[in-house]
Amino acid sequence: MAKKFSHALFEKNVILLALATLVTVSIGGLVEIVPLYTIKSTIEPVKGVRPYSPLELAGRAIYIREGCYNCHSQMIRPFRDEVERYGPYSLAAESIYDHPFQWGSKRTGPDLARVGGKYSNAWHVQHLIDPRSVEPGSVMPAYGFLLRRKLEMRNIARHLEVNRTVGVPYTPDMIAAAYADMVAQADPEGDHDHDGLLKRYPKAMVADFDSKPGDLTEMDALVAYLQILGRMVDFKKYTVRDLQQ
Amino acid sequence: MTAVTAESLALAKGDENVTYNMTVVRQFTLATAFWGVAAFLVGVVIALQLAFPILNLDLPWTTFGRLRPLHTSAAIFAFGGNALLATSLYVVQRTCRAPLWGGPSLASFLFWGYQVFIVLAGTGYLMGVTQSKEYAEPEWYVDLWLTLVWVIYLLIFVGTLMRRKEPHIYVANWFYLAFILTVAMLHVVNNLTVPVSWTGVKSYILWSGVQDALTQWWYGHNAVGFFLTAGFLGIMYYFVPKRAERPVYSYRLSIIHFWSLIFLYIWAGPHHLHYTALPDWAQSLGMMFSVMLWMPSWGGMINGLMTLSGAWDKLRTDPVLRFLVAAVGFYGMSTFEGPVMSIKPVNALSHYTDWTIGHVHSGALGWVAFISFGALYFLVPKLWGRRELFSLKLVSYHFWIATIGIVLYITAMWISGIMQGLMWRAYNDLGFLQYSFVETVEAMHPYYVIRALGGILFLVGALLMIYNIYRTIRGDYADDRVALFETNAPVDSGQVPPATA
Amino acid sequence: MPSNTEKDAYSGQATTGHEWDGIKELDTPLPRWWLWVLYATIAWSFVYFVLYPAIPGLTSYSKGVLGYSSRVEVGNKIAAARAEQGRFRDGIRQSPLAEIRTDDQLLRFALAGGKAAFADNCAPCHGVGGVGNPGGYPSLADDAWIWGGSLEDIERTILYGVRNDHEDSRSSQMPIFGRGEDAVLTPDQIADVAEFVLSMSKRSKNAEAMKRGAPLYKENCASCHGPTGKGDSEQGAPRLNDAIWIHGGSREAIIAQITRPKNGTMPAWSGRLDTETIKMLTVYVHALGGGQ
Ligand code: HEC
Ligand code: HEC
Ligand code: HEC
Ligand code: HEM
Ligand code: HEM
Ligand SMILES: [Ca+2]
Ligand SMILES: [Ca+2]
Ligand SMILES: [Cu+2]
Repeated sequence: MAKKFSHALFEKNVILLALATLVTVSIGGLVEIVPLYTIKSTIEPVKGVRPYSPLELAGRAIYIREGCYNCHSQMIRPFRDEVERYGPYSLAAESIYDHPFQWGSKRTGPDLARVGGKYSNAWHVQHLIDPRSVEPGSVMPAYGFLLRRKLEMRNIARHLEVNRTVGVPYTPDMIAAAYADMVAQADPEGDHDHDGLLKRYPKAMVADFDSKPGDLTEMDALVAYLQILGRMVDFKKYTVRDLQQ
Repeated sequence: MTAVTAESLALAKGDENVTYNMTVVRQFTLATAFWGVAAFLVGVVIALQLAFPILNLDLPWTTFGRLRPLHTSAAIFAFGGNALLATSLYVVQRTCRAPLWGGPSLASFLFWGYQVFIVLAGTGYLMGVTQSKEYAEPEWYVDLWLTLVWVIYLLIFVGTLMRRKEPHIYVANWFYLAFILTVAMLHVVNNLTVPVSWTGVKSYILWSGVQDALTQWWYGHNAVGFFLTAGFLGIMYYFVPKRAERPVYSYRLSIIHFWSLIFLYIWAGPHHLHYTALPDWAQSLGMMFSVMLWMPSWGGMINGLMTLSGAWDKLRTDPVLRFLVAAVGFYGMSTFEGPVMSIKPVNALSHYTDWTIGHVHSGALGWVAFISFGALYFLVPKLWGRRELFSLKLVSYHFWIATIGIVLYITAMWISGIMQGLMWRAYNDLGFLQYSFVETVEAMHPYYVIRALGGILFLVGALLMIYNIYRTIRGDYADDRVALFETNAPVDSGQVPPATA
Repeated sequence: MPSNTEKDAYSGQATTGHEWDGIKELDTPLPRWWLWVLYATIAWSFVYFVLYPAIPGLTSYSKGVLGYSSRVEVGNKIAAARAEQGRFRDGIRQSPLAEIRTDDQLLRFALAGGKAAFADNCAPCHGVGGVGNPGGYPSLADDAWIWGGSLEDIERTILYGVRNDHEDSRSSQMPIFGRGEDAVLTPDQIADVAEFVLSMSKRSKNAEAMKRGAPLYKENCASCHGPTGKGDSEQGAPRLNDAIWIHGGSREAIIAQITRPKNGTMPAWSGRLDTETIKMLTVYVHALGGGQ
């Protein structure tokens, strides 16, 4: 190797070394990431996936803030045991509106991709306040403070707007109604446009999640988020063939 | 012996005009030691929280979910990052026979700028400010700041390389350069976010879902590959031959393994997404490139270990070299384990479990931390103009305590990880799941306790190091030094010339 | 190569002739075994690339000779596992609940399947083994049934749940007696009714209050809980004259319940678990304690 081509070329020229390095490290990423945008079948053609309702989006922000993803995955793998334990394996289509994704990399706690509808709101609240009161063997931290903290999301409309900027199809309608929708979802008894809310966000759960009527807490938002997880797609409608990537 | 101000450390080889900037190296060196202890301490806390959840204390800022990123960032970016900055700025000056480009004030900005980054990121986590992307948790304003600091780093490093008086660029600097450039690329792409408001902390990233997942693990895997591997190989290529006083084993191996390593690493990200909603073809790529990565990784190990040939006996007497060499050994181990875990059927078992955590820490504790300890022990006497460390016996204690700590940590995680993986998929003879999820959580408890013990030992070792460094800087010498060093040439006289006027 | 190369005394290798801060490099050739293992991993990868989906283009990707797909594979694996359970699973699907209970083999199978499904889905609320949980989650291991303890009742509870938004959910609610401006009962009255409720399980200590509470109970509560407090499983009104309580049997708990009932909810499982699993759960829960 000494004669024809000499590595000394790179060793003597910083700029050349840097450029060659940059080219070398760029290839893999481009080849792997670009096709994910261009190959259509990457996102399965299923119906039902919709942007998060304002309250769910606020809850998602709390999920991220508290670092739940450090212990919980939201990605059911196509294995018999996971499908039997958690439900149908997760699809790429289910997280198209997740900026960023929440698939996780560690399961200190169970997968949450389909936890929506699995428990009652009251259970979630009790579990979040004191996990060991329902699961004595749990190692999950207690999150009692969520129940005491008001949901500070006055600028929720702005959150929707920014999501729209990065590609989530929130309509001007949704953005205009964002704050009202957020309040409405956690106040089933109140005088709100619940029909409009459900039309904009089908399957959204309208409830006083934390059993503190009139009080919009962070707990309301987080539970609203947990309750929608995995419920958007109706898997009875699809066969394996539809889900080929 | 009077302290020699490091700025005045001229090169022995007669380059009387070269005045190195060692102030910034000393600052980074102290920061490495400081953040190391902080990172290990938080590691111990979160390890104890998993064993005894009551330690989450019911306060928002003390829950596991917020402390875990504090630990990972403190370990990788504060401890590891400062170690990389300290050593790279030292190595680039000495192997180029040139002072840092940009002068003392730019270097000083780099130091303080980087510490500000760490503090901004860390306090953010405690308050719940996170992007939730592993190893890229800091929010947009911290990212922007880091970008600026990083560009300065690149300029200083490249500028210094350009000023070199050696005709060739030394291999350690290839690795450092690749690390700096690639981390810049990864950082920018993985953090393209739109802030909700310029006065708020929250932002939303451009990418979503499956594309975001792959972008994240393209980043995450190469944070490992370039921050924790390429950069640290830079450390190895200087400190191992230096401390062993032997030539590097094979120049040709350096070339081949450098280019193959940086080329292949980039592709391996999808092994973090096996069996997810990432399409199968991408998973295949991730798996195969990880397997091909095995030998390029081991190229570094071979070059490190074989450099010792002719000097193996020094391991008996020099615990600093022992740290460096054990680190290379652990590097070899985790870069064998990594490709194995990348094989899909193996990953089917290991993914989501403590096995990954065990793998991480055999790399993090065994490789990253050990080689940093070795480099620190090497650097401190030189930077503060001391003949040797305060006590080599303490180094030896540190070595053994930390090694036992690692062994406890990673064996506990192997056992619990494999057990966890097997329990999740265990079926009874009628074909039903045998264990509920919480039963698997309960089964982890003893291993979480053992892991915490291992972590405590590791922390104790680091505290010994702090003490040793402190006494060294003060200029103390313990009596044991002579005994341990009898068989060795006492000091590398070229390193500490008499104080110049 | 530079001319100032030298021979390393220990290994006999030549150096490359450069030196950086005292560090030299040997010109050792690549280790043979290293190179061969590298080639082997490349060869292995090549074969894998041919066999499996691997190479992306802009609109599609190579499907691989084997036509592998992880999603097809898991479908097949689950189908195979189901087939292995074949006879039993079919038996469960086809047999009425009562028959499952009397067929030893099917029963054994159903109990095992029910136990497994219970552990991950129901135990978080009803406790391991169905012993109940404080917080309103009834024990399933006793013979007190809110919604009835026959196989059919239990199956219906599991299929559709209680007070959720499934259209077939069990839905009756206990009214709110003590809240809001037009509360039905004053706090004093509620205390009196509670005293009367306590008397049904022979725990009243205040005969006066109990007497005052009796007519109030008759008027407001008996329609659901029955005049003697034996409960009504049609309406999911629990028995009040025994020692078993969902929401606690203390005076405070009873007062709280009357003032603002908990009206616990249980999710519907019909959309989440398959028919066989729900049947197995039914048989399992029925067998836990006192199925009727
Ligand atoms: C230290 C790790 C840890 C953290 C952090 C954590 N959890 Fe958990 N979580 C667990 C464990 C372990 C379980 C299983 C035992 C149990 O149910 O408590 C669990 C269970 C759950 C469940 C029940 C899932 C099921 O299907 O049974 C939900 C819902 C949940 N967690 C939500 C959250 C949310 C929301 C957060 C953040 C605010 C969070 N967890 C943070 C460890 C954690
Ligand atoms: C989110 C909590 C929750 C989960 C999960 C849950 N349940 Fe329940 N279940 C309840 C509550 C609350 C009640 C009592 C409702 C009431 O007050 O009438 C109940 C009642 C019942 C009853 C009626 C008891 C009676 O006395 O009549 C049965 C049977 C039952 N559950 C079975 C199950 C089974 C089987 C599962 C799992 C597939 C399950 N439950 C999961 C909350 C839950
Ligand atoms: C419309 C029917 C209805 C009426 C009227 C009614 N209840 Fe109830 N009661 C229920 C139901 C349904 C439950 C179970 C709900 C739950 O889980 O909270 C219940 C639960 C209770 C409990 C809790 C039992 C336990 O095991 O913890 C008490 C005590 C009780 N009722 C007392 C009363 C009294 C006293 C009155 C009258 C003042 C009354 N109820 C009126 C339907 C009714
Ligand atoms: C005293 C020493 C240490 C202890 C006790 C410790 C403990 C821990 C614990 C308990 C976790 C969380 C595991 C889980 O979620 O199950 C963790 C994660 C992690 N630690 Fe450490 N750690 C230590 C040192 C280090 C060092 C030195 C590094 C890096 C240089 C490091 C890097 C990491 C990383 C990257 C993770 C995340 C792993 C993953 O997500 O897979 N740790 N550590
Ligand atoms: C050839 C080299 C390596 C390969 C192929 C490799 C492969 C892997 C694999 C397959 C995983 C598990 C992914 C998952 O299932 O989620 C993993 C995780 C990890 N590895 Fe390695 N590894 C290598 C070397 C290293 C080294 C040297 C370190 C140094 C510290 C390291 C640090 C990590 C970390 C931090 C994670 C956890 C990522 C997460 O948060 O999930 N790896 N690696
Ligand atoms: Ca992780
Ligand atoms: Ca509320
Ligand atoms: Cu990786």
